[in-house]
Amino acid sequence: MLDTATLTSRTDEILAAHSGREGALLPILHDIQAEFGYVPQESLPQIARALNISRAEVHGVVSFYHDFREAPAGRHVVKLCRAEACQAMGADSLSAHARAKLGVDWHETTPDGAVTLEPVFCLGLCACGPAAMIDGKLTARLDNAKLDTILGDLA
Amino acid sequence: MKDFIIPDRDYGTPAAKSKQMVTLTIDGFDVTVPEGTSIMRAAAEIGISVPKLCATDSVDAFGSCRLCLVEIEGRNGTPASCTTPVAAGLKVTTQNAKLKQLRRGVMELYISDHPLDCLTCSANGDCELQDMAGAVGLRDVRYEAVQTHFRAKDTSGQVNAQYIPRDDSNPYFSYDPQKCIVCSRCVRACEEVQGTFALTIEGRGFDSRVSFGAKTDTALTSDCVSCGACVAACPTATLQEKSIIDIGTPERSVITTCAYCGVGCSFKAELRGDELVRMVPYKHGKANRGHSCVKGRFAYGYASHQDRILNPMIRENISDPWREVSWAEAMEFTATRMQGIIDKHGRHSVGVITSSRCTNEEAYLVQKLTRAVFMNNNTDTCARVCHSPTGYGLGQTLGTSAGTQDFDSVEHTDVVIVIGANPTDGHPVFASRLKKRLRAGAKLIVIDPRRTDIVQSPHIKAAHHLALTPGTNVAVVTALAHVIVTEGLFDEAFIRERCDWDEFQNYAEFAARPENSPESTALLTGVSAEELRAAARLYAKGGNGAIYYGLGVTEHSQGSTTVIGIANLAMMTGNVGRAGVGVNPLRGQNNVQGSCDMGSFPHELPGYRHVKGEGVREIFQKVWGVQIDDEPGLRIPNMLDAAVEGTFKGLYCQGEDILQSDPDTKHVAAGLAAMDCVIVHDLFLNETANYAHVFLPGSTFLEKDGTFTNAERRINRVRKVMAPRNGYADWEVTQMLANAMLKQSGRAPWGYTHPSQIMDEIAMTTPSFAGVSYERLEELGSVQWPCNEAAPEGTPLMHVDGFVRGKGKFINTEYVATDERTGPRFPLLLTTGRILSQYNVGAQTRRTANVAWHTEDLLEIHPHDAEVRGIKDGDYVRLASRAGETSLRAKVTDRVNPGVVYTTFHHPDTQANVITTDYSDWATNCPEYKVTAVQVGLSNGPSEWQKDYAAQAAYSRRIAAAE
Repeated sequence: MLDTATLTSRTDEILAAHSGREGALLPILHDIQAEFGYVPQESLPQIARALNISRAEVHGVVSFYHDFREAPAGRHVVKLCRAEACQAMGADSLSAHARAKLGVDWHETTPDGAVTLEPVFCLGLCACGPAAMIDGKLTARLDNAKLDTILGDLA
Repeated sequence: MKDFIIPDRDYGTPAAKSKQMVTLTIDGFDVTVPEGTSIMRAAAEIGISVPKLCATDSVDAFGSCRLCLVEIEGRNGTPASCTTPVAAGLKVTTQNAKLKQLRRGVMELYISDHPLDCLTCSANGDCELQDMAGAVGLRDVRYEAVQTHFRAKDTSGQVNAQYIPRDDSNPYFSYDPQKCIVCSRCVRACEEVQGTFALTIEGRGFDSRVSFGAKTDTALTSDCVSCGACVAACPTATLQEKSIIDIGTPERSVITTCAYCGVGCSFKAELRGDELVRMVPYKHGKANRGHSCVKGRFAYGYASHQDRILNPMIRENISDPWREVSWAEAMEFTATRMQGIIDKHGRHSVGVITSSRCTNEEAYLVQKLTRAVFMNNNTDTCARVCHSPTGYGLGQTLGTSAGTQDFDSVEHTDVVIVIGANPTDGHPVFASRLKKRLRAGAKLIVIDPRRTDIVQSPHIKAAHHLALTPGTNVAVVTALAHVIVTEGLFDEAFIRERCDWDEFQNYAEFAARPENSPESTALLTGVSAEELRAAARLYAKGGNGAIYYGLGVTEHSQGSTTVIGIANLAMMTGNVGRAGVGVNPLRGQNNVQGSCDMGSFPHELPGYRHVKGEGVREIFQKVWGVQIDDEPGLRIPNMLDAAVEGTFKGLYCQGEDILQSDPDTKHVAAGLAAMDCVIVHDLFLNETANYAHVFLPGSTFLEKDGTFTNAERRINRVRKVMAPRNGYADWEVTQMLANAMLKQSGRAPWGYTHPSQIMDEIAMTTPSFAGVSYERLEELGSVQWPCNEAAPEGTPLMHVDGFVRGKGKFINTEYVATDERTGPRFPLLLTTGRILSQYNVGAQTRRTANVAWHTEDLLEIHPHDAEVRGIKDGDYVRLASRAGETSLRAKVTDRVNPGVVYTTFHHPDTQANVITTDYSDWATNCPEYKVTAVQVGLSNGPSEWQKDYAAQAAYSRRIAAAE
């Protein structure tokens, strides 16, 4: 975990970089997450003060977007699409397989910290489901075997 | 919350302000409404209630519940009537087979995630969801609730992660997420009405929930100020007053006026039997427009607190224990004692203090008691210690001793100067209205030593904060005038027409002197010249400029001078006499304006007319049948001085705790101790009662009829909602005392049987109240004085066509530094103020759950000053001045500048006024609370004085056991 002083000073630098910008909250949150790997609760009051909004408002925005994390993810993030088109192509059984294989449930990270498994609702690859996103990279037409290969490469 | 006692229609969306009218047809009926009105509101105007859940007329339309769908001829689909504005010629249908089916479908979805425990629900009978289910004819819910927010455990017995337990952290209301339909009414009320932004919707989709503050916050730890706007907006049992949960729904309601600050909010007191169930802000109250703060809305528990004294008590000496007696015996004892003092020491040896907490009628009777029964003018009131300089300064310059505007005026203002006031804490409902205007684009200038919440809080930021050194108000105000004069920013046409041009020339010459320039005064005031110049330019040229000020202006040795300086600024920039401008004192107490109007000052009869005026005395002599003394009487400090000297012996003090609220506590105590008969008329054995011989129990604002006059001169009715628990309303007690004394001297008794008769007497004798009567107040709801033949409906804006005194008068404002100086022994300046949850000396609020927010007075000190003294946050510190010392805990904060410390005076065990000195305003003797040179150091605990005081107070409050 980060110590408070580093967190505060790094957050201050990010806030300074966006100073005076209109609609700065989302870009700031992106930078915070890029910096720390998640959006620490402790940084919310600091962001609120800088933007002269309430910490409730910051919390409302952060919690609205599933991509803003409350805690750091594993070294790799696997997002399986669970939307309708992929479901029709067997995404449910694929995700059951993935959970069993990794031994984690949704939003959880494997004990060795290697992989975080997350659901996602539509990656826009409806024509070639089931689809997934591995560390930000799209992949499609998955089946259990293909997923196993991918997971096997992640360490 | 719905309104089920007096059906007070919720129009769904706020009224449109346009003058352009539009005609449309709804369900075959023609309706004409202002442009910008929603279809929902237009329908409500003709009595058609379109079903709705997320709309309420205190907040803007949101369009999320999809229940208020309508059909419009020639348009596609079924638009929401709350977000669709009217247009000429529209043909709207609010009810047909298709709409019915749609609405029922929507309700089915809502109810699928809502517990069906209506019978045992705290909102039973007070729930809009229940009503809407009825309105749309919901008979069956086809969906099986698999995932819910209301089951603590899911169907397989596992803990339901979606279930959030009830948050009871706020002492007055509970937040129960399982009942929530996520309509966002609470979030929007917090943002739009209150302006605190303490609430949000967290998550998305099915996970969306209302959240106080951030993830780890509760209602109490969030920014929530407990104003109750969210509770009022909630359509279900989600946000609900705990009193409703405990008692049940009320069965009747009485409209009355809050007895806390000078905003004078109108409330509906809702009762079951004579048990007060809740206080709900009244939508048609013209001061508050349906809003409230934590004090008026919730902090009424003191009225039934166990500390309240309900029987009269007397004692020979203040060292004796109190003896409970009958009213008759108390009156006999008191009258004999007071008459004895008058016989022995003369009629000038006794006096009264009227209360700014009591009604106009009661204040009138108390001053009549001294003028017509004691036969002197020894009457004063707590305005002496707060806004007496306002009376003097505005009287001299503009011609009336009161603010020039109504509160609605703030909606038209472009630039606001807040000087020496902390509205978010002291006048919260006005602050909310101000913040709303600021969010809409108005600019703000704050002149205050502290960085108060109005300087910066979510979505509000002052354009300029002039953080002056306490005691330099006059220098700053004159420097503002200097900039306006020397840069030619004044309104010459206005001055020539409305004021005396030669007088202005004289003032301009004075203000333009180099020693008054911001550059010269910067060293003295600590305000940057550049910032001050920018502020002056903004005020003079930024459009409608309004000044709101508080006790930070008046409670100084030059309080009256600052008030005059403020009036000068308004006059020279033409900012008087229309909506959105003016000079507005934010008065501290509910009826301080009224008690001043009622002739509470020793030199003035009701209506601010000097006792020297023979014609004025004649009016009252005729009505009262007595000769009125033509010499002004004693002010409070003079009474106390005379008491110490031995020439003032008896005092009737109604509803004021001078020992705690007046400066230099030791001197006040010495004065009271030297008197032979101190009569305290109050709800509680207050600090002053420690030195009293007679205690007459008072009645609360809930227990009597009368009127209060707020800071905008608005006379509001106070209505009796329950019988006085002590047996008599305060006006009856004063009358009993008067009659007991009149009987002893063989004179005719007073015979008022209702306060309306007292108001009739006021109207008969006082021109500015000539048109006021209880009938008129029933008719109009409230009225702003002057109300007479010229203005039968009252006067919202003063000085519209010309100043009341004729020509506006410019008076030079020479800065004279206070005699209270910092030096090596006392290097810091102490200034005092209040906090939102507590009120004044705290006698009421300390006896409510408001202590959850403020349990003790704290000393705010800048980190630099704290560090050199080795003080850490929370340390016990000794605070000493030339007058005395006390101890309290420190709060290290950069809200105050280095060199300045700040505290509140809500708690008697701190007694901040032991520290304050007896310096006072040159014109009116208003004490200089806001500037005291002090030293601060670490301490082990309460000072010797505090221990002695606590022991004396405990000793003096003994009540003898009944035989």
